[in-house]
Amino acid sequence: MKLKHLLLAGVASLLGTGAMACSFENTVPLKSLSAGFEAWKVVTDAMAECGNFEASLDQEFKEKQPAAFAANPSLYHIGGVANATLIPLLNEGTIRPLDDLIAKYGAGIKPNQMIKIDGKTYAIAMMVNAQHLMYREDILNDLGIAAPTTYAEMMAAADKIKAAGVVDYPIGGTFKTGWNLAEEFVNNFLGEGGEFFGEGNMPNINNAQGMAALEVMKALTAYMDPEYLVSDSTYVQQQFQQGKIAMANLWASRAGAMNDAAESQVVGKVTMAAAPMGSAAPASSLWWDGIVIAANITDEEAEAAFKVAMEGLKPDVIAANNDAAVWLVDGFTAGPLAAGAAATAAAGARPYPASGPMGIMHTALGNGIAAYLNGDKDAATTLADIEAAYTTAAKEAGLVK
Amino acid sequence: MPFKTFAAFVGPSIFMMLLFIAFPLASVFSQSFHVTQPVYEIVEVETCTPGFLTQTCITEEKSVPKLDENGELIKIRRFVGLQSYANVLELGRAKEALATGSWQAFQNIDFWKALRFTLTFTLITLPLVLGVGLLIALVINNASARVRGPVIFVSLLPFIITPVIGALSINWLFRGDGILTATLEWWLARDIAMFAQAWTIEILMMLYRVWHVAPFAAIVFYAGLQTVNQDSLESAVIDGASRWQRLRYVVIPHLMPLIVFVTMIHLMDSYRVFEEVVGFSSQGHVISLQWLTYDFLIPDQAGNRSISRASASAMLTMIGIVLLLIAPLRRTWREHKGGH
Repeated sequence: MKLKHLLLAGVASLLGTGAMACSFENTVPLKSLSAGFEAWKVVTDAMAECGNFEASLDQEFKEKQPAAFAANPSLYHIGGVANATLIPLLNEGTIRPLDDLIAKYGAGIKPNQMIKIDGKTYAIAMMVNAQHLMYREDILNDLGIAAPTTYAEMMAAADKIKAAGVVDYPIGGTFKTGWNLAEEFVNNFLGEGGEFFGEGNMPNINNAQGMAALEVMKALTAYMDPEYLVSDSTYVQQQFQQGKIAMANLWASRAGAMNDAAESQVVGKVTMAAAPMGSAAPASSLWWDGIVIAANITDEEAEAAFKVAMEGLKPDVIAANNDAAVWLVDGFTAGPLAAGAAATAAAGARPYPASGPMGIMHTALGNGIAAYLNGDKDAATTLADIEAAYTTAAKEAGLVK
Repeated sequence: MPFKTFAAFVGPSIFMMLLFIAFPLASVFSQSFHVTQPVYEIVEVETCTPGFLTQTCITEEKSVPKLDENGELIKIRRFVGLQSYANVLELGRAKEALATGSWQAFQNIDFWKALRFTLTFTLITLPLVLGVGLLIALVINNASARVRGPVIFVSLLPFIITPVIGALSINWLFRGDGILTATLEWWLARDIAMFAQAWTIEILMMLYRVWHVAPFAAIVFYAGLQTVNQDSLESAVIDGASRWQRLRYVVIPHLMPLIVFVTMIHLMDSYRVFEEVVGFSSQGHVISLQWLTYDFLIPDQAGNRSISRASASAMLTMIGIVLLLIAPLRRTWREHKGGH
């Protein structure tokens, strides 16, 4: 028992050294569940300063969250969600509208941060994220290549880089089978101006836009590490950091890692630019991450949870961790690392079209595209099979008649 | 033993078996014939999400599930017969593919692709596990008493490692420019990508499984070797039997019941091959039946999951295991009858 106290005291003193101490003493025991990337670590660490707060940072949070919030009382008070993971909570009515709490305690929240559904605010966004072009400025300058703005230019540049032999693979891609691969298709399909669904949630990808998206993906793989089907964002980030690739359409949240001297050999050499332009929009989709409060808790707990959450999103917390994300919160100064996300949004990238059917579509895409890239199926069969897989699953879920 | 005492002894374990085996099985069986879904209504919803500087608001028609007065999802459960099984097996497509004689088209159907790999994996690793296990057991048995302890310990190590962790370590050793791939590249003086095509991944998976499971077979066989009749062995030596002949005609027949036992355990385990697919993140190239069940079951980001198809797929996996076990079980049964 004594040892435990000593340890706790030690941890507390370590935490206490931060300059961003909480402005009040929280007495209501609170728990949060969110993804585990850097931005969430920053925010939950700041919340923990208020005391009586326990954060679960879990990259697989999406599998737990709907069930945990549906429990009564809810197992967590604060949830971290993104566009897509908000959907099940909203559908099952397990998160509460925040308008009253915002009026009371949310003076610092900007209108842009409020996620509104039919006029009610259900989430407070803290950051945006999008895949955008990152490239090695030094390599492109040495070879006299202008910064690419489309995939065609990117591949032309890749040819020159390949010929010069300065890196192992000119292009890196988050093509890991499953969620990542599907996200790449979504980006390209939106870039071509596609709409995923028609009337009655029927799939609508087996068309010219779908073909174009698949073809550009296959063309890109010729410039990639042949093990692209197992490359996730972290792997591509590491390839960048180790100087093995020269260009990639990578997440804005990974930009900070390029200049992390402890890990990266390319500090200051990677430039952030807009995502390659498709025929209608940039080949990217805008995501946000933010905070929700559970419905199945007492009003008192909800109030404490909201206050603690606001402490995590204080301007000085954000200012001290400026490069951890593209923050939407006051205190953020958009530096060169955020330039790519800003340019992508400015060029008209569309928000990720999160919905119940889209969750099924994303899974079907993630499972189905590899067969095309491997050469097992042609593009039309691949798209038809994905539509069939979607329809089967959507019928089972009750979304398609 | 009086019935009461007997019941008191086996009661708890029967209760546990009912609770943890029979009940879940019955539940999965029932779910494979039903579909449970929320009731959706189409409503027009305005959603505002952050852009970079300003908000984007869109109004669109969305399918929203209905909630009852307590705020709980309204769900309906329907009997669908064999529909979920049909959705997993996709027999129509399979027949069509086979009719055109296209193996490729047949292998593009998830279930049959997974079945092909699962069976290959099971049937190739089986003799290797038995062979390597017997070899290790013989080595341990012939090691001098002084080093026997350490040899047993070292040969058991792979079996102690958690399967997923073991698979991940192999993944890291061979992935990209992992240590072993780099060594192979240096040795063969060519570029190697172990995770870029299906067959190399399959070989790695099988090697990993044999490495992981052979110690279990070895320890069982080693125990069996302790009871080999020394007199028979000695008479075999006097009759001039070679080392191989002694193994073939005395040791192996003695170990046969254990070999059947290890075979059954291995068939059951490897038909459920899963850790390798996850650990090697091989689903772009290779999938297994158990992975397919898992993929149906796991919720997507919007919270949808295909429980009915997952249940059907789980039942099919069970049927597959039963079919595989028929041969060794019949053998045991015949021996059992013959022995008395």
